[in-house]
Order: sequence, then structure tokens, then C-alpha cells
Amino acid sequence: MAKVLMKGNEALAEAALAAGCRFYAGYPITPQTEILEYLSWRMDEVGGVFIQAESELAGVNMVMGASAAGARALTTSAGPGFTLKQEGISYLAASDLPAVIVDVMRIGSGLGDIAQGQGDYWQLTRGGGHGDYRTIVLAPASVQENADLAALAFDLAEKYRHPVLIASDAAIGQMIEAVEIPEFREHDINKYDWSIKGCKDGDKHKKIQNVYYDDPNYETYLSDKYAQMEAEEQRYESIDVEDAEIVLVAYGVSSRMATEAVEMGREAGVKIGLIRPITLYPFPVNAFEEAKEAKAFMTVEMNILGQMVDDVKLATGGSKPVKKFGSIFALPESEDILASAKEFLDTVKEGK
Amino acid sequence: MKLKAPERVTWTQSGFCPGCGHGIAFRLIAEVMEELGLSDKLLLTVDVACCSLAIECVKYDTIMCAHGRGVATAIGAKKVRPENPVCAYLGDGAAYSIGMAETIHTGLRNDNVVVITVNNSLYGMTGGQMAPTTLPGQKTTSSKYGKDPERCGMPFNIVDAYQGFKIGYLARGALCDVANINKAKSYIKKAFEKHMNGDGLCYVELLSACPTNLNMQPVKAMQRIKEEMVPYFPLGEFQDNTKEKKEEE
Amino acid sequence: MEFKETVYTDTDRCKGCGLCINFCPKQAITQSEHANAKGYNYVEVDDEKCIRCGACYRVCPDYVFEIR
Repeated sequence: MAKVLMKGNEALAEAALAAGCRFYAGYPITPQTEILEYLSWRMDEVGGVFIQAESELAGVNMVMGASAAGARALTTSAGPGFTLKQEGISYLAASDLPAVIVDVMRIGSGLGDIAQGQGDYWQLTRGGGHGDYRTIVLAPASVQENADLAALAFDLAEKYRHPVLIASDAAIGQMIEAVEIPEFREHDINKYDWSIKGCKDGDKHKKIQNVYYDDPNYETYLSDKYAQMEAEEQRYESIDVEDAEIVLVAYGVSSRMATEAVEMGREAGVKIGLIRPITLYPFPVNAFEEAKEAKAFMTVEMNILGQMVDDVKLATGGSKPVKKFGSIFALPESEDILASAKEFLDTVKEGK
Repeated sequence: MKLKAPERVTWTQSGFCPGCGHGIAFRLIAEVMEELGLSDKLLLTVDVACCSLAIECVKYDTIMCAHGRGVATAIGAKKVRPENPVCAYLGDGAAYSIGMAETIHTGLRNDNVVVITVNNSLYGMTGGQMAPTTLPGQKTTSSKYGKDPERCGMPFNIVDAYQGFKIGYLARGALCDVANINKAKSYIKKAFEKHMNGDGLCYVELLSACPTNLNMQPVKAMQRIKEEMVPYFPLGEFQDNTKEKKEEE
Repeated sequence: MEFKETVYTDTDRCKGCGLCINFCPKQAITQSEHANAKGYNYVEVDDEKCIRCGACYRVCPDYVFEIR
């Protein structure tokens, strides 16, 4: 397929269709609404189901029904709406059902605002809803990745029979770039024996419910599932990390400026690198093994509390200083990232 | 006359309390499925709370849903498998309190699903709290001195609420005596027939006894349905629309 | 009166709720003084009084009765 110019949100929607997604239920909220709008007409063209649900709660639970029936199902939201999705995500996780849920992040707690932000990191990576679960979280940094990761998300959701989240953001969702939509694939709703189809006489009926009701080994089962994710699904990009003294860690929109900061820094002779997590969970701890010369790490993220700092500290065993750079009010400028990184590195070095 | 409950409900024993109406409702559903030849196709969603006990004792492919979302979940399943009969089975707390948005909007859209709401005028699983269907003056664990309609509103009546919409079928039956139980079965049967005909939302409310939380003998709890509930929740068929009729308008 | 069918009770299923006793038009059903495995005093049908009307089958929430 040739490259076309597409908005991030629309590329994600089209790529979901390409992956065989034929069920969508969602609710309008900025900055994800283009996904809903696009699928409102495009889903018809590919013979799928589009429902504009009465709420995010209804939407995610419609997805649960569709997933249980064997479809590749998608719902999308942002900020406050994504919080409402948590009920369904927790149920999907507990019931071993695959589904893809997209959070096109915006800033702020509460109502927040519609501009890009990265304040949902904790909610995305720590489970978000009630109970003992977490989910694979894919963080696209370009329109192309919005498409590629949407397709991957469905495969991973089925591989693990688990909901998979996509942590997009307002900037990635709204920007227009050239993108190649992955090849269209068919999905057979009867592919998996666990889906509900109707119980034939003499068969055991299928029960879509908390798996632990029937599985006394559920604790091991779930722990093993997450261990497998951590072993097999870490995805990241590393730029100039091997000899870097200061390593930036950034995902999504802020990783784009961080990449630029590394290029500028290298031109100026600063030993700076970047680890860009593509999976926020499992956090790409393997990437940090490459950072052998690192004296400090600096996350670049658009939130107040530096939500990714903890994960970097865990990935480095708390052995190196970690600080956060970024604000909720504006995209980080690459010059400012570089200046802050240099200053931090100097402070760390002087401290020795 | 031969009478034998279908194997779909007799294959094991239920966890419902003695005298609970759920067991009767599921026999009716199972008989209707058998008579319509739909037993091996039915997809069921059961709400959490007492309804969810059905997943262990009723042999149909079943999803146990989040509280109040059974209708939404059923819609998802039906859209993916339009040839299958799909039924959401829930209680009055789910349908008329936490899931009110889902209940109203499925009526607005006239989704092609069967919804069976069991109305026992209280929250059963959590121990008998006041519900939107609780009768004026009814004592519950959260309305110790009797429900005050000034504060909490009158019992919610789905027939009134759906008056503004045209749905496929709307009926209310009562699991309170032999004749009414038989009539309730005829409503359920009609709901599934119309559902398979694609007539849109087929909604049956069943007035049912909860002896445990009413602190009543099962017989008294059943008598209470006719004596106390029916005045607020009239029985009968209230809407019966076909696809053709809708298209004319 | 002679009937072709007989009412069978699966007493293990009975929860002793007494609905059948109340709705039997012939007072043919009584509660046993014996309890089943679940601890409920199950019901018994007096075959002589029973007219095979099926009322017990229809009101029973636990599928205790079968007429065949």
C-alpha cells in the first residue's frame, strides 16, 4: 500500500480496520473524536459495526460483548472518558477477553483540557481500574506508529487474551503525516474456542466471567502471563545510548523533541542519548542495559509529577539520579531539553 | 400432560434462595428456547448480583457483566452474531438505577435484543436495600422507616418511560401464581419470536418474589406481588411493533 | 381416578419453600419430616389426591417435579 497523508487518529482507525477490527463503540471526547467520526462511516464500508454509545461505560461494555462473541473490538477515549472505561477494562482483564482501548491523552486531572498531555501514565501502566491487573500499553510517537501499533495491539490482545491499551496523545492524534496503512487482514469470529457462539446439546456452556471463579491456579496463571509479557513484549527505540552520559527517556509526542535534542546535543559534543519506550508496560528495562556510561537519566514528559521517573529508577535499580523535565502547559522545546539535560549532567558530575 | 423442565436448567442445582423467582424465570426461558428450537443458539448476559448465579446453573453461553451493563454487553454480542438470539437478564437495580442510561438508550435505538428484567422491588444480593422500584412505605435495609416517595420518588415504571419510544415488544408479567406464570411465559415466548423476526427491542419485566430480603415466607412474598406490587406495576402487553410498522412511519 | 401419568419428585432439589404446597388445588403436597442432603425438609406428593394438573411444576423454582 502506498503512503498517504492522514491524521493520526484516522490512521489509527484505518489500521484497526486493516487488522480485522469490525466492532467499534465509543463516545465523543476531544482529542480522540476523529477516530469515532472516521469509523462512523468507514466501518459501514467494510461491513463492520459502529455504535455511538450513550456513554463510555456503555461503549466499553458493548466492546466486552463483541469481544466475548469473537470479534476484534475497539473503543477509544481520552482523559475523563478513559477513566470511565476503566470499569470495562478491569472486567475484560478479569474475564480473559481481548480488546483494544485507546487513550488519546489530554492534560490534567478532572476535566483538564483538550491540549496534549502525558498525565495518564500511572493510570495506563498500573492497571487503572480496580483489582489485580495491568495491561500492555503501546505508545506511538508518529502517525505511522499510530497505525502500526493499532494493528499490533489486536494481535497482542489475542495472544494474551487480555485488553491492550494504546497511549496516544492529542499531538499524535491530531497531526498529519505520511503513513502506510498495514495490509488488510480478515478476522474469523469463530477462530477461538473460547468465544460464545451458542451451547450445543451435550456441550459444556461457556462462561465469560472472572477466570478465578473456576481456576484455582489463577494466581500463577496471571503472574505467568505478566512475566511472559515482560519477557517477550518490551519494545523501545534507543538513540545514541551506548556512550551517553545523560540519557533522556521519553515516549509519544515528547520523544520527538527529545530526539531532536539528542541530535543537537551530539552536534555540540554532548554525550546524550534517548531511550524511547514503545511499550510503557512492559517497561523496556532491557534498554537500560545498553546505557553503560550513563551518569544520569532525565525523563521528558508532559505532566507535573514526573510519572515515568519511578519506572526509570526501577529499571536502573535506583543506581543513578533521575529527574523529570516537562510541563503540562507547552510542548517541551528541544533547546530547553538539551539545556536542562546538560545542567543536570553537570550537577551530577560536580556532585561527585 | 407431560411436564419436564429442560435439561438446560435441570442439569445441576441453583444457588438461588428458597422461593426465589429467578428459578421460575429461567424455567420459562429454557422452555421457550426449547419450543422455538433456539436452545443451542442462545447467548445470555447476566448482571452481577443474584442474576449472576445463573451462570453456574443455566446451560447457555453466558457473559457475567458489570453491574447495569448487561444490556450494553448483549448489544455488543448481538451485533457480532446477528443470527443468534441474545438476551440480557438483569434485576431492577441494574436496569433502573445504575444501568438507567443503558435501559433508556436501548429503547431509543430499539436495539434488536431481548431484555428480561426481574423486578423484586429491592436489591437482593447486597441484602435488601431500597431500589428505584421500592414501593412507597416499603421498609428495606436502607429505608428503615419505609420509603419516602417525597425524597426518593415513586416506583419507577418502565412502561411509562418507554412511552416515548416505539420498541419491538414490551410486556410485564408476574411470577406470582400458576396463571400469571403461564402468561409470563407467553410474553417471553413472544419476545423471542419477535426478536428472531428482527422487530427490535423486546422487553419483558417480571415481577418476582425475594422472600429472603423481604423477610417473608415464600408464599407470602408471592402473594405480596399481586397485592402490593401490581397496583404500581400493571401487568400486560404494552407495545407490539413490527419492523414493517416502523418503516411506514 | 386413574391417570396415565405420575408425578415424580426429585427431592434432592427441593429447598422446602412450600410454594407447591400452597398452590396445589388438591392439598396433595405436604412437607416431609425428613430433610434432604441440603438440609431442607422436602415435599411429598400424595398420589391418590394428585390430579396431575402441573401447578406444582409451574410454581417450583427448583424443578423438583416432573409429570410423565
